[in-house]
Amino acid sequence: MSAAAQVEIQRTGNGTAVLRISGDWLITAATPGPDDVQVDLTAGLEPRTVAFDSHGLGTWDTSILTFVIQLSDLCRDRGIDVDRSGLPQGVQNLLGLAEAVPEKEDARTTEIRKSVLEQIGEGTLSAAGSLGEMLEFLGHATITFARLAGRSVRFRRSDLMVLVQQAGAEALGIVTLISFLIGLILAFVGAAQLEQFGAAIYVADLVGVAMVRDVGALMTAIVMAGRSGAAYAAELGSMKVTQEIDALTTMGISPLEFLVIPRILALALMMPLLTIYADFMGILGGAFVGISMLDLSFTTYIQQTAGALSLHDLVGGLFKAAVYGILVALAGCLRGMQSGTSSSAVGVATTSAVVTSIVLIISACGAFAVIFYALGI
Amino acid sequence: MQNDAHITVRDLTMAYGDFVLMRDLDFEIKRGDVFVIMGGSGCGKSTLLRHLIGLKEPAKGEIYYGSENFTEAPKARRDEILRRTGVLYQSGALWSSMTLAENVALPLGEFTDLNPAEIREIASLKLALVGLKGFEDYYPSQISGGMQKRAGLARAMALDPEILYFDEPSAGLDPISSKLLDDLILELKDSLGSTVVVVTHELSSIFAIATDSVFLDPESRTMLATGSPVELRDHSDNLKVRRFLLRGELENGEEVA
Repeated sequence: MSAAAQVEIQRTGNGTAVLRISGDWLITAATPGPDDVQVDLTAGLEPRTVAFDSHGLGTWDTSILTFVIQLSDLCRDRGIDVDRSGLPQGVQNLLGLAEAVPEKEDARTTEIRKSVLEQIGEGTLSAAGSLGEMLEFLGHATITFARLAGRSVRFRRSDLMVLVQQAGAEALGIVTLISFLIGLILAFVGAAQLEQFGAAIYVADLVGVAMVRDVGALMTAIVMAGRSGAAYAAELGSMKVTQEIDALTTMGISPLEFLVIPRILALALMMPLLTIYADFMGILGGAFVGISMLDLSFTTYIQQTAGALSLHDLVGGLFKAAVYGILVALAGCLRGMQSGTSSSAVGVATTSAVVTSIVLIISACGAFAVIFYALGI
Repeated sequence: MQNDAHITVRDLTMAYGDFVLMRDLDFEIKRGDVFVIMGGSGCGKSTLLRHLIGLKEPAKGEIYYGSENFTEAPKARRDEILRRTGVLYQSGALWSSMTLAENVALPLGEFTDLNPAEIREIASLKLALVGLKGFEDYYPSQISGGMQKRAGLARAMALDPEILYFDEPSAGLDPISSKLLDDLILELKDSLGSTVVVVTHELSSIFAIATDSVFLDPESRTMLATGSPVELRDHSDNLKVRRFLLRGELENGEEVA
């Protein structure tokens, strides 16, 4: 059992106040602060000197150091001398160490509270700046792509193959699950409404057209944003931390060619394939509802779907899928390349990659809807 | 071609945004020298190295390779100049998705017309030179930090560079490994005839390998001295430089201002 930390003030005749420190001063227990002695110390005639008597002091740790430092600051402001000779030698040494190097000027940053207007302004400027960076990156990537046609772009075929496998075959499981369920949900929602008109068979049209034209590509893209987009940002960000990107640059190998182009290619190639598969799984999901809830036969359902779809729908959907794939890869690589050089910066880059991808995908989806409508496709 | 300037730094100012790290840097690195960039922690040694290899642009001033202005050269020309240099980064910076042999082979495959078998042969030889024979198919994460540095050195040497840069080669190594790496640097330099530029604050390394040096001082934000570290230690007029090279132990009667 430790004795409670205490401090008492004893005035002596010659203008000295002696602080009697006793008990165990531990950071885990309650210890007196400078406020506790300030009132007594400054009441009546202020002392010229403060001294310490630590005979009653048991064990001590950092808590006594902060007490003495805060008290010293207080005394300095009031022009009172502090005599530390009454403190244990260890405390005196540690205080000496802490004060050995003077505080560096301008090192301490002061947090200035900004007004709302100022924050909005800064936010706008930084958003404009990041848009500029995004366009610059897009420009670089486009130029490099143009050179790809001339075969003067350097990356390893084997890297591309691994990326294709990661973004393609390895994504099948999650794409199966998501698109089957989305088809199922669409069919449920549609069935509840269409059954009222006795038009339950049109669930097949609804699911088929929705999946193939838009939802298949959209859902696959969102899955890929969380899967591959995040992976690209994290991978490139870590490569920045470990200076692997610097090593490429100084070797005269452009990271854009070597790292970004194969990733864009992999997603641009795999997204349409995954989307065809997702469309198929979505239609199966719809058929499941059709057969189990609406008593349709599998053949009828499939025939009805086939009748509702045209090649236009499919090509349009696949075109969108390729564009989404490029957007996801671009956003992932851009955020990775922009990443700072600490582990938390890689986390920020990854989060921002997923957010950017999804914003880009949804915006593109909206734009496509308008354009396709205007063109009458 | 002995003793002419291989790299010249003229009136260089390094800055991060508005914050000036170092100004008025002016020195030459002579062909065939082991040149050490030294100074206390955080004084901008590594940043100076990043300027020399074009990863950071000078706020002011120029860097010349031979008589060619590197700072103002177009990107393609810069790449050509850098192709004759090799860099060993602080942590090795091996490409983690490739094996050691692939790491060394990548620059060979990119910039030579050798066939895959020849490339593989050369990659094995370079790894053997740094004592990593038999580790060709290991991934960087499977070997120790010291081995990663040596593998990084093998990669830096892949194209037989004229200039080898080392960023803190002894950081994170025990005294013996760090001594072995120093010996390796000297041996390779002698046999290849390269110019070697080392960023370090390790005194034992500095005295063991350096023939010339520059001393950067964070307080005055400029260079204080150039010359052979041994000369500087024994005869420099500047007390800060001597204090650094003597680990803060000056002879009696001398005070550092």
